[in-house]
Amino acid sequence: MKIRHLALLAGLLMAGAAQAADAPATVKLNTTADHSKFKELQQEFASGPEVTKACLTCHTEAASQVHRTKHWKWEFLNPENKQLLGKRNVINNFCISVPSNYAFCTSCHVGYGWKDANFDFTSQENVDCLACHDTTGAYKKLPGLAGHPPYKDTEVPPGSGKIVKATDLAKVAQKVGKTSRDTCGACHFFGGGGDGVKHGDMDSSLASPDKELDVHMDATGLDFTCSTCHKASSHDVAGSRYTPTARDKDGAHVRGKEDLSNPATCQSCHGQAPHKDGRLAAKLNDHTDTLACQTCHIPKIARGGVATKMSWDWSTAGRLSPEGKPLLVKDDKGRVIYDSKKGDFVLGENVVPEYVWFNGDVTYTLLGDKVQKGDTPTRINTLGGSAGDGRSLIWPMKVFRGSQPYDPVNKTLVTPHTAGNDDTAYWKNFGWEKAIATGMKASGAPFSGKVDFINTEMSWPITHMVAPKGDAVRCNECHARGGRLDKIEGIYIPGRDSHHWLSLIGWLAAGGTLAGVLLHGLVRIVRRKN
Amino acid sequence: MERIYIFTRFERFWHWTQAFLIIAMLLTGFEIHGTYRIFGFKQAHMLHTTAAWALITLWLFAIFWHFTTGEWRQYIPSFKNIDLVIRHYAWGIFQGEPHPFKVTRARKHNPLQAFAYLGVKLLINPLIWISGLAYLYYNELAAAGLALNLGTIALLHTAAAFMMLCFLIAHVYLITTGHTVTAHLKAMLTGWEEADAGHGKQTG
Repeated sequence: MKIRHLALLAGLLMAGAAQAADAPATVKLNTTADHSKFKELQQEFASGPEVTKACLTCHTEAASQVHRTKHWKWEFLNPENKQLLGKRNVINNFCISVPSNYAFCTSCHVGYGWKDANFDFTSQENVDCLACHDTTGAYKKLPGLAGHPPYKDTEVPPGSGKIVKATDLAKVAQKVGKTSRDTCGACHFFGGGGDGVKHGDMDSSLASPDKELDVHMDATGLDFTCSTCHKASSHDVAGSRYTPTARDKDGAHVRGKEDLSNPATCQSCHGQAPHKDGRLAAKLNDHTDTLACQTCHIPKIARGGVATKMSWDWSTAGRLSPEGKPLLVKDDKGRVIYDSKKGDFVLGENVVPEYVWFNGDVTYTLLGDKVQKGDTPTRINTLGGSAGDGRSLIWPMKVFRGSQPYDPVNKTLVTPHTAGNDDTAYWKNFGWEKAIATGMKASGAPFSGKVDFINTEMSWPITHMVAPKGDAVRCNECHARGGRLDKIEGIYIPGRDSHHWLSLIGWLAAGGTLAGVLLHGLVRIVRRKN
Repeated sequence: MERIYIFTRFERFWHWTQAFLIIAMLLTGFEIHGTYRIFGFKQAHMLHTTAAWALITLWLFAIFWHFTTGEWRQYIPSFKNIDLVIRHYAWGIFQGEPHPFKVTRARKHNPLQAFAYLGVKLLINPLIWISGLAYLYYNELAAAGLALNLGTIALLHTAAAFMMLCFLIAHVYLITTGHTVTAHLKAMLTGWEEADAGHGKQTG
């Protein structure tokens, strides 16, 4: 009997193995095309643009679709306040600005060859299809190559001895597929110059998160990709940090119904009354008139083991060793907290966000805007919102604080030339005046030659790393004095607020009554008669 | 010793259930108000809401009972001999004088008592009820076009709660002022009031 069973088992195993060998293991069932079978892709590609040309033979409109997007233009005209934004125009308090640093910054551009202001934005073949559609993980665009991947073995950084292999473009091209957490994350997890630096709610831990870290992207559960929510239409990806949807008053999107609202909001799936179960459901749904979903459902940011930068002091940059070498200081966990190129950092993990009223209006301090050094930090972006405007909800924010160079004579922020292998780049020469002169020239802005440092703040609305419902922020954490929403104005929060004069009168009355009856009782006892 | 059956079974059930619920609601309510932390906000909120619905149900039954039995007449205010009652609590009680009011089946409460209970029923209870329901349903009210400020709702509700607290303190004390310390308590437990027939006289 046993032997027969074993034989049967072996037979089954062999049959299974044979079946597995027959199946086209590389092609997922969610596509009808195996790109490795396309003749156009069965060739040696010398460069990225050559691959794009091959893509465009079938996907004829793809490049012109990409051309219309922020991902391509790095420019965005805010229709509300007419500010010209986008990565090429804004200034932040991380790596500060793009112009004069193109070849490095554009390693995160969806194109090839943007190395200076003369980049041809009309070129179809300069669109980089692989950055977003790679499924191999072997496609890496390196800083300094202006958006190109390495076509030959390259030492990164130069002199480090670490070799990045030449990209096998044919292999990558034959295995293209849908976007993934990895492809989006290759740039968006590393914004600000490193893993988790910028957002706080986005870092490499989201490449394969567990349920506790992100209930939707849970790799062994719902396994959402970025595009599940950030649903693209004609290559235009939904969701914006320049014109965010702070308060989505629409219901859940339904097939067959034309839904023009942002598909990346919580409400676009969960609707306006998301709490269904339990006795508290109705009262929790009541909260949706004041709270963004994120406020309760993202209790902390940087929860995946990757620290986020909380502040960055550029004013201490440039300290060198006695031998004139740049310094790198690490904390006890081996994370860099001082870098001669960049200055001092404060890192944070499991950070409780700050909370503000937010209505989606964002106003940037741009290059020409006057700034004033003083007690209040200069806002890199100023958020609109208040309790009474009917458009705001209370949102969690990562508030990133920094000190960065500015022109104290012209009273403007500046755009230093940081990255580059030349005579003025700050990261090579450690001289602010020259670096800023070069950068401001590239930006076409006046520079007095004087450099000082100014405190700045930038707010990042928090929306990722949604925790399972059991980990949502507890009632007490806001319904209490000194709680999370202690500084929120314009609403009455039970447990936090009270009318002080009422409490005074009330306790005096109750205390007076008590004292009165006790006194009365005492007299009765003393009299011992009744 | 005269014994009068003044509190029926329903009345006693109503009284003690209400007492329990009101004490529970004061306890949880002042936690929601932020005065202290015992249960945690979530538990306090849930207990408070549950107790509120229980109390509302009880009150509906009690109101029905009052009108069907005619017992509502017990609370018709009267100033007659109220001066004697006030004098008793301010003076006579310390001299060992008997209570000037004689309890009867038709008139269970002395005039001061009747006023106090009427105040609870016509002022404190409606204020607590209406403000409490508005507290629970202010979103629905806003959706229906009646946008109320939550702070104002909370103000009224808390004010009513303080009044109830004062009433409770005074009430608990005053039940010790029968002809013995526990006479009134016994009456509310058993229904039977033992009146000291030799001293009291009808005043109500």
